[in-house]
Amino acid sequence: MTILRAQGLGKKYKRKWALTGCTLEIEPGHVTGLVGPNGAGKSTLLNIASGMLEPTSGTIEVCGGVPGSGPEQLAKVGYVAQNTPVYGNLSIEDHLRLGAHLNPNWDAALAARRIERLGLDPKQHAGKLSGGQRAQLALTIGIAKRPELLLLDEPVAALDPLARREFLQDLMEAVADHGLSVLMSSHLVSDLERVCDQMIVLVASQVRISGDVEELVATHHRLTGPRRDVDTLPSNQQVISAKHTDRQTTVLIRTEAPILDPAWTVGQLTLEDVVLEYMSNPVAARPTLEVLR
Amino acid sequence: MTWLAWRQFRVPALSVYGGLVAIGVVLVISGMDLRGETDFSDQDFMYSATLLVMYLLPAVVGVFWGVPLVTRELETGTHSLVWNQTITRKQWLTTKLGVGGLASMAAAGLLSLAVTWWNSPIDALASSDPERGGMITRIEPVVFAARAIAPIGYAAFAFVLGVAIGIVLRRTLTAMAVTLVAIAAVMIAVPFLVRPYLLPAAEETVTVEETNLYQLRGNESGLEEITVREPAGSWTLTNETVDRDGNVVSPLPAALQDCLAPPTRDEPPPERGSLTGCIAQGFADLGYRQHVVYQPANHFWPLQWLELAFFLALSALLTWFCFRRIRHVS
Repeated sequence: MTILRAQGLGKKYKRKWALTGCTLEIEPGHVTGLVGPNGAGKSTLLNIASGMLEPTSGTIEVCGGVPGSGPEQLAKVGYVAQNTPVYGNLSIEDHLRLGAHLNPNWDAALAARRIERLGLDPKQHAGKLSGGQRAQLALTIGIAKRPELLLLDEPVAALDPLARREFLQDLMEAVADHGLSVLMSSHLVSDLERVCDQMIVLVASQVRISGDVEELVATHHRLTGPRRDVDTLPSNQQVISAKHTDRQTTVLIRTEAPILDPAWTVGQLTLEDVVLEYMSNPVAARPTLEVLR
Repeated sequence: MTWLAWRQFRVPALSVYGGLVAIGVVLVISGMDLRGETDFSDQDFMYSATLLVMYLLPAVVGVFWGVPLVTRELETGTHSLVWNQTITRKQWLTTKLGVGGLASMAAAGLLSLAVTWWNSPIDALASSDPERGGMITRIEPVVFAARAIAPIGYAAFAFVLGVAIGIVLRRTLTAMAVTLVAIAAVMIAVPFLVRPYLLPAAEETVTVEETNLYQLRGNESGLEEITVREPAGSWTLTNETVDRDGNVVSPLPAALQDCLAPPTRDEPPPERGSLTGCIAQGFADLGYRQHVVYQPANHFWPLQWLELAFFLALSALLTWFCFRRIRHVS
C-alpha cells in the first residue's frame, strides 16, 4: 500500500532536466520529509504529484490515481505551493468561502476554528497578512479540504524561527487530529526533524536514502580510529564517507549490527549530520555488499 | 466557482459598467433633442465621441478584463492555490471565460444600443441623401463598426484575445500592450480584407452622363479620375473608369483633358454644366464607361449579422486555444 509511487519520473524544462529518473514510494499515514539541496528536484516532484506539472517521462501514481486527472483526484490531494500564495485582495473570510465553494468535502467548522485559534480577523484582507499568517491561511485551506495526502512545498522557508515553530506545531496537531498523510519539502533538516517520521533525501533527482527518521539516526555512526583502509571494515557496514589524516581515519557508516571493533571510537550522529553526509557524498564510498549478507 | 469568478471580476466589471451607465445617461438626455431634427451640424463633437467610445470599448474589455483574467493569477502564484481545490482547470477557465465573456458582450450590446439610437436620425439623413454632403452612411467602414450588433462580436473577440495573449505571454503589462496592438490591427484590417467579401457586392457598369457624374478629381497636370453617383446609403468599394474591353483606365487620356484646362489665376474655373457635358461627351466618344462595385444600403443588417458571426467564430477559435494552452501551464 503506497500513497505515492513514482517510477523513472523526469521533467524537462525547455532544454534542462529538472528531474530525471526519480523512483520512490511513500507509505500512507506518515509525515514524510523531502530534503535535498537546491535544484535537487524537490519542487518539481511535488508539482508533478499535485498535478500542476506534467512529467516528461516516467509514471506517477498518487492516492491511486494520475495527478490532476479530475475532480476526484484533486479532492484527494492537497497542495500548498512555495511562498504559500493567497489572493491579496480577498479577505480571509472570502478564502474560506472559496474553499467551501470549490471543495465538496470542505470542513467549514475546522477552517473557522483554526482561523479563530490563530487569532486572525476573518475580515482582514489576505494581502495585509504577515508571511507566517499567510502560510497559516494557505495551510488552513489545504487541511479543511480534507485531502488524503497533503503536499507542502517549503512551507516555512519564508518564515522567521518563531513563526516556523508555530506553523510546524500546528501542522503536527492537524495531522494527529485528521490522520492525513503529509509530504513536505525543505532544505533545512532541522525543520523536518521536528515533524517528520519518514525522510527522503533527494540529491540530483535520485533518492539517496529514505527511511524512518529514528532508524536513520540509530543505524548511522561516526567511527574514529587509527588510520586504516575502509575495505577492511566488516561487510555489513556500509561506508557513506571516509576521511583520512596521516594518523587517523574517520568514517561514517550505516549498519544495523553492533560495532565490535575496539579500535573505533563511536560517535553519535544527529539526523542533520546523516542527511548532510548523504547530500555531500552523492556516491557511497563503499556500498553494502548485498550478496554476502 | 461562479462565486469566485464574480468575486474576482466585480471591481473591474463595475468600473466599466459604471462608465457605461454615465455614457448612457448623457446619450439618452442629449439624444431626445435630436428626434425629428434634420440639421446636425452642431453635433460634431457628440457624433465623434459616440464613435470613439464604441471603438474604445473592445480595447478596454480586452486589455482590462481579458488580459488580467489569467496573468494576474500566474503572476501572484494564486493559480496553484485555486487549481488545487476540487476543480479542474477546464471548469475554472470555463467559468471565468463565461462570466467575463458574457459581461463583455452585454456591455457592448448596451452601449451599441444607446449609440445606435442616439445616431439614428443622423444615419437616416446620411442614407437618404445620395449627395451625402460629406456624411458617412452607417454601412461605411468607420460607422458600421459602431452600430447595431457587430460590436457585440468585437467585445467577445477582444476579451478572449486578451485572455489568450495573457496565457501565452504570462506577463500582464506586456500582454496588455500586445493585446491593444492586436485589437487595433484587427479592427483596421477587417473593413478592408473581410467585410467587403462577406456578401457578394452589387456590380454594374454605367454610361457616364451629365446627370450621374458625381466627382472630378485632378491635379496640376489635369483630370485624373471621375466618379459617378451611387445609390443612396451604399458603401462604395470600386468606382473606376473602364474602356470598351473592360480594362481600367487610369489616368484619363489626353482627349478628356481638354474639358478642363489647368486652373489659372486670371480665369475663373469653368462652369460645371459645360464641364460635365464635355466629359460625358468625351466618355461617349471613347466608349468609356464607369464600373461601380458597392454594398447597397439593404446589406447593412445581413453584413452586421455576418460580421457578428465572423467575430464570434474567431472568439470560439481563441477559446479553444485557451483551453488547449491552459492544460500545459504551470
